[in-house]
Amino acid sequence: MKELSLHLLDIVQNSITAGATRIEIGITNSVSQDLVEISVKDNGCGMSEEFVRRVTDPFTTTRTTRKVGLGIPLFKLAAETAGGEFKIASEVGKGTLVYASFQRSNIDRPPLGDLKGTLITLIQGAPKINIVYTYVTDRGQFILDTEEIREIMDGVAINEPEVLNWIGEFIRENEAELAAK
Amino acid sequence: MKSIAELKEIREQMQSRINMRKEEDEGIRVVVGMATCGIAAGARPVLATFVDEIGRRNLQDVTVSQTGCIGVCRLEPIVEIYEPGKEKVTYVKMDPEKAARVVSEHLVNHRVVEEYTIGAAE
Repeated sequence: MKELSLHLLDIVQNSITAGATRIEIGITNSVSQDLVEISVKDNGCGMSEEFVRRVTDPFTTTRTTRKVGLGIPLFKLAAETAGGEFKIASEVGKGTLVYASFQRSNIDRPPLGDLKGTLITLIQGAPKINIVYTYVTDRGQFILDTEEIREIMDGVAINEPEVLNWIGEFIRENEAELAAK
Repeated sequence: MKSIAELKEIREQMQSRINMRKEEDEGIRVVVGMATCGIAAGARPVLATFVDEIGRRNLQDVTVSQTGCIGVCRLEPIVEIYEPGKEKVTYVKMDPEKAARVVSEHLVNHRVVEEYTIGAAE
């Protein structure tokens, strides 16, 4: 994966496959703390303790459990290569939390990349899931909550191109606003 | 800065059009593989191109959806097109330029772009 945003897209696809109805995505992009964090918390079906232990090992994946596959091992590797850490916690019936941190200035840290593209792709594919996206920098934060947007659209699908466009612009403007000077 | 009020405007503009669409039956389905293999190979911009082009051309009977691994990871990004009454068409090793061409040739003019299909690649 060339960008962290692609890892994010991949990890959230797991949440969708796990039947989540609410997914909280958190991004920290802090120069002062020299830190990039990505977290994905869902209320999907969760995993057993035994499965969580195996999930970061690419070779335990079989075709029938392909929904896990290489995504998590690759994400873990990216974090650990860039001076960060990877954590996963899950409970059957409750959901899963995936967390990865990166040393921001580390030469091996991939760029965050097109986060807007990832969010739009997710909303396009799963318009009925509540996605709460929080982006934090040293200068502040912004939150995108698809439930709010769905309420305003009142029956019009939020994955119509016009709406996706608006969401994309909203993310782009806020991200630019919060970028380090 | 974008405001929520703009979103309300978009809603007003779209309402009538959406109601019209609900009446329609099965249209064409475009399915993009969005598993680890697809994402790593560049499926995200391919999907974005389909959504943009279909929106821009206002193709009312076409829906775009995502799926997991289609099974031929080395040929990703893969796009499948289902048209009622016709055989499924599988496009492989897609990129945004190819996606734009598939929209204009296949979705608009109903001509399969043979050179991008899995049959041509294998």
